[in-house]
Amino acid sequence: MDRMATRFAACKAQGRAALITFVTAGDPTVAATPAILDALVEGGADIIELGMPFTDPMADGPAIELANLRSLGSGTKTAHIFAIAADFRARHPDTPLVLMGYANPMLVRGSDWFADQCKAAGVDGVICVDVPPEEDAELGPALRGAGIHLVRLATPTTDAKRLPAVLEGASGFLYHVSVAGITGKQQAAQANIELAVQKLRAATDLPIAVGFGVRTPEQAAAIGRIADGVVVGSAIVDLVGSHGDAAAPFVQQFVAALSGALTANSRETAA
Amino acid sequence: MTDTISLPNSLRSQPDASGHFGQFGGRYVAETLMPLILELEKVYRAAKDDPAFEEEYDYLLKQYVGRPNPLYYAARLTQALREGAPAGRGAKIYLKREELNHTGAHKINNCIGQALLARRMGKKKVIAETGAGQHGVATATVAALFGMECKIFMGAKDVERQKPNVFRMKLLGAEVIPVTSGSATLKDSMNDALRHWVSNVHDTFYIIGTAAGPHPYPELVRDFQSIIGKEIKTQMMEAEGRLPDMLIAPVGGGSNAIGMFHPFLDDTDVAMIGVEAAGEGLTGKHAASLAGGASGILHGNRTYLLQDEDGQITEAHSISAGLDYPGIGPEHSWLHEIGRVKYMPITDDEALASFQKLSALEGIIPALESAHAIAAAEQVAPTMDADKIIVVNLSGRGDKDIFTVADALGVEM
Ligand SMILES: Cc1ncc(COP(=O)(O)O)c(C=O)c1O
Repeated sequence: MDRMATRFAACKAQGRAALITFVTAGDPTVAATPAILDALVEGGADIIELGMPFTDPMADGPAIELANLRSLGSGTKTAHIFAIAADFRARHPDTPLVLMGYANPMLVRGSDWFADQCKAAGVDGVICVDVPPEEDAELGPALRGAGIHLVRLATPTTDAKRLPAVLEGASGFLYHVSVAGITGKQQAAQANIELAVQKLRAATDLPIAVGFGVRTPEQAAAIGRIADGVVVGSAIVDLVGSHGDAAAPFVQQFVAALSGALTANSRETAA
Repeated sequence: MTDTISLPNSLRSQPDASGHFGQFGGRYVAETLMPLILELEKVYRAAKDDPAFEEEYDYLLKQYVGRPNPLYYAARLTQALREGAPAGRGAKIYLKREELNHTGAHKINNCIGQALLARRMGKKKVIAETGAGQHGVATATVAALFGMECKIFMGAKDVERQKPNVFRMKLLGAEVIPVTSGSATLKDSMNDALRHWVSNVHDTFYIIGTAAGPHPYPELVRDFQSIIGKEIKTQMMEAEGRLPDMLIAPVGGGSNAIGMFHPFLDDTDVAMIGVEAAGEGLTGKHAASLAGGASGILHGNRTYLLQDEDGQITEAHSISAGLDYPGIGPEHSWLHEIGRVKYMPITDDEALASFQKLSALEGIIPALESAHAIAAAEQVAPTMDADKIIVVNLSGRGDKDIFTVADALGVEM
């Protein structure tokens, strides 16, 4: 089993959902990022999504958009991001790391180059917001060739007819975007999430993670009861936004609260 | 016979089934939008096959927009250029008068078409991005005409610079939303329009203002704008009994240019020049994505973009807000690579000079965008024989630009 599958299996064995946390690489600076990533792990994150900043993050709401601009404004380059990833891998050999971002920065030097860099840095998976299955040839073959998971997104508009196309070539886990919208805005109704996860489960054996709009330990716990993973992004990025270079302890405290809520689920189930 | 042989090799049969023009174009959007653009493609194919759709489109272009607009022989401009040319040189210059359309530019051709599609899809709300406000005004206009709710996303900087158009849009019943994200200009207004769309896919239609974005937008915008080239063909046969030797159009995203060029792509004797905004010059700040950019992915398509080595989009600059965009429609990227169309950079200063020259010589105040095409014609015409014919697309009128031009010339108004 690879790092990602091992981690999902371990969480499952503990009777809880995996906590997947997102921050933007280089936000607020390249130098500050390692401590923030360590805080995520210390706080109890199971899987790290590391955002690759882009000038035009059109699927993101204000929180993550600002994080992108803070990062680029402080001079983050793609080479820094791979260095951050490689150092993370050395410090945390068992924690899966997923790069998330937009097609242009990933593909500007060609998909083979990108896949090679991911492999060399110990990156486990990639989420590319604006390469849908229809354009898989841009990115998918190179990643699969390098043994990197291509994590696909399913949304409320992905109907039953389309789902097989989304699942084709998807690996690692399936990311259910719970709202038709951008990051960090609305929260989906729990009933809708339950229904969606049920449908996805019937169609795939991949672990299913739910994200977009999850901001509190309570929401995380509710989603953790039905999904294999819960993704929290904007709420953490907001902490980085307000505390800057000194964000790590605040991030750790918040992530610990999220993690605690998911673990409490497992105690409930056990009891 | 020749038709059946040349058809498979036609340059007019792009894009392919997956929306690609060669390696350009495609559908690079978030999963949430994919089902919608697939549906849009289906609806568009059905509309194209429906005579009633074409009939209504034609009716509105005639009775509401005022088409066909004239193909005008610019005798005084032609004469002035001949005076500076070697003996026997100086091509005849015709102007395609898109600036005489209702709302003062070619943008309305596309907006009418897309509003008809929105209605077919049962959408009662439309959104659009705008730079100078020309596409915003055209969209607000058709929204009023069709009784649709309309939101226009406009960079906060542009809202400040283009107050008359902001007020026009409001008069037309649209809500103008100032965009403060990113650099607060056209590309950011497109980002925010996409953000709004992704959150409101169930009831909202996005009227994209140029021949860019995810498939099928580049194709359908081109088709709606092709009325420009089709009319030129007919009008030129009437005026001169033959096709022109050269077509010249300004290129922002590329909608007026592709609309002019597309009907002529297989007429191998017709040369074409797309004019990119070179701003302060190609070594300074500019908006010439073909001359100064590289292939990349933005706003749903693969195309030439202004970007750095890490694929971060760099800011465009042009004195003309309608050309101030770091990308270009994918079909132009393809036509550039295969060499069918030549692309030529024109600077702010050159466009400003032509803005004044056309006003003084022909009594036509061109849009700054169109002034770029006039400037290119001024450079090319004197190198051609006097019996050659050039058509310049006068894509819009310059009323919206008088403040910008006055400012650039240091005139107090
Ligand atoms: C008059 C005029 N011409 C040209 C353009 C450039 O757009 P496009 O390249 O899509 O025709 C604009 C855009 O606002 C415009 O207003």
